[in-house]
Amino acid sequence: MQGFLDVFDIFLLEAVINGILLGGVLALLALGLNLIFGVIDVTWICYAELVMIGMYGMYYMVQVFGLPYWVAAPFAILLVAALGALLHFLVIEPLLTAPPVNQLLATGGVLFILQSFATVAFGIDFRNLGIRLPVLAFGEMHFSYSRLLSFIAALIGMVAVYLFMTRTFTGTAIRAIAQDRQIMSLMGVDTRRIYLITSALGGALAGLAACLLVLQYDVHPFVGLSFGPITFLICVLGGLGNFVGGFIAAFVFAEIISLGGLFSDLEWGYVLAFAFFIVMMFIRPAGLFARRS
Amino acid sequence: MNSRYAAWAVGLAVLIALPFVYRDPYHLHILVLILIWSFAYTSWSIMGRFGLVSLGHGGFMGVGAYVTALLWNHLHITPWIGIPVGMLLAGVLALIVAYPCFRFRITGHYFVLVTLALSGIVLQVITATREYTGGSLGLTPNRDRGIWALQFDDKTTWYLIALFVWVVGLVVWNWVDRSMARYAMEAISEDEDAAAAAGVNVTAEKLKITLVSALMTALAGAIYCQYQMFISPDTVSGIAVSLQMVFAAIVGGLYVSLGPTVGAIITILLAEILRIGFGTKAVGWDNLVYGLLLVLFIIFLPKGILGSILERLKLKKA
Repeated sequence: MQGFLDVFDIFLLEAVINGILLGGVLALLALGLNLIFGVIDVTWICYAELVMIGMYGMYYMVQVFGLPYWVAAPFAILLVAALGALLHFLVIEPLLTAPPVNQLLATGGVLFILQSFATVAFGIDFRNLGIRLPVLAFGEMHFSYSRLLSFIAALIGMVAVYLFMTRTFTGTAIRAIAQDRQIMSLMGVDTRRIYLITSALGGALAGLAACLLVLQYDVHPFVGLSFGPITFLICVLGGLGNFVGGFIAAFVFAEIISLGGLFSDLEWGYVLAFAFFIVMMFIRPAGLFARRS
Repeated sequence: MNSRYAAWAVGLAVLIALPFVYRDPYHLHILVLILIWSFAYTSWSIMGRFGLVSLGHGGFMGVGAYVTALLWNHLHITPWIGIPVGMLLAGVLALIVAYPCFRFRITGHYFVLVTLALSGIVLQVITATREYTGGSLGLTPNRDRGIWALQFDDKTTWYLIALFVWVVGLVVWNWVDRSMARYAMEAISEDEDAAAAAGVNVTAEKLKITLVSALMTALAGAIYCQYQMFISPDTVSGIAVSLQMVFAAIVGGLYVSLGPTVGAIITILLAEILRIGFGTKAVGWDNLVYGLLLVLFIIFLPKGILGSILERLKLKKA
């Protein structure tokens, strides 16, 4: 009996730590989405599909063209950043004055486009980088090295965004626009340019997430569906546009998924997370960390 | 107005007579699909037209389809009971999710994302309970012909059932269109506070319309399951199905009763033409075209094809 409990505890601890590691990447995704929402007031339903394109970019550069991972990663980030800016320029900008729901649905159309583009161009086979990082054994617990790496890289990415937002003029302008979009154009800030930069930045974060996720998961055209919805839930739970809220909510969700998956199948972890989300909507409808107005 | 009713009556008579004159099974199959999906899209647009954009309808459809099929396969309960049970469960689900949303004024983006979560839950539950539902491999209702099983080999029977359901959908749409609820909902979609101040019970009105929409969508799912005799999480639930509903309704036109039907005709014909023209190479192309059209429509023709045509005609008359 004692032995059984020992094993159980180690599994539990392993699941908790794995949850934290998973939370890093989810927090990165939530940050990108929150940035777009907070500044431009648009939800990119196709955000996870941008990540998917980035993952394919990595796959082609590393597996087909034989670039080393470290060289390919910046290119993938740039690629998705460019896609983000393009998405804003082509789809969002003509719809800036349209009802918000139309903007959201238009990005839903982009979701279809990206998914089917990937199906047509890359096929529906599962592909991976062929890089298998070692598993880290710590006592009796096992962690994948790639998860640890992702967690650290995600944290670095988030700190970099934080510094950009607080230490540079452009970053300050972005934060100012998020607070009041009418007044900023009167202050001589080029709103169009800021929106484009924000979109590119949101894309770059998706690109970074792609570089990290491709280490852990196979890429296929529908891979976005496996973490896209969860990212939206995280953002809503944390309060759309609330960076800190999204960050914390990402870890809460990751723990629920990881611990739920420990006791049953991984799907039940997701179901549990969704159920938690709905319950929270009853209790804190404006997000976990909504400021009371 | 009378000529309008006459046109509807003649149109309906022609549609009823059609399968007795024209018997090509493939074309009838396409027509049945168009009618069933038109009904689903109409159900979505009943609430979608008031700005209540739900991406949870894939979930309602999945509940309707799976509950009916599971009760039949595992408990031998006839779809005649299974379908109402499925609809009831979908309705309960809709209320559970919608009530806090409406009570706490979750609108716009938030509402879309919350309902998106609902689609996600239903999809994951279906996948997770794979011992019963077959998971992502799908589910086939046990074979047994006849009225009791609601399974028919005859395309004509199915055509008539689908036609009936489709007409019911249009009747409900028109009933909502002429009811006080429509004015209430339009006021709410303009300004919730003002509507509430004018004496509209915002939460109750929204719940009513959501309930009607969810019940109809569940019915569409169940009918689809009985007709196709195969359902999988990808075809009747999840976000892709929800987005497909939104897409068809918007392309056809949200604000006119036949808009979603036009949307269904366009999307299904497009998919079939691509499938026949390109064969297996077409995998993905139909969605690529859908997505592109969806974006273009939202940017350039937000009222949809039929909506825009009718508006032009009205302008000409005036």
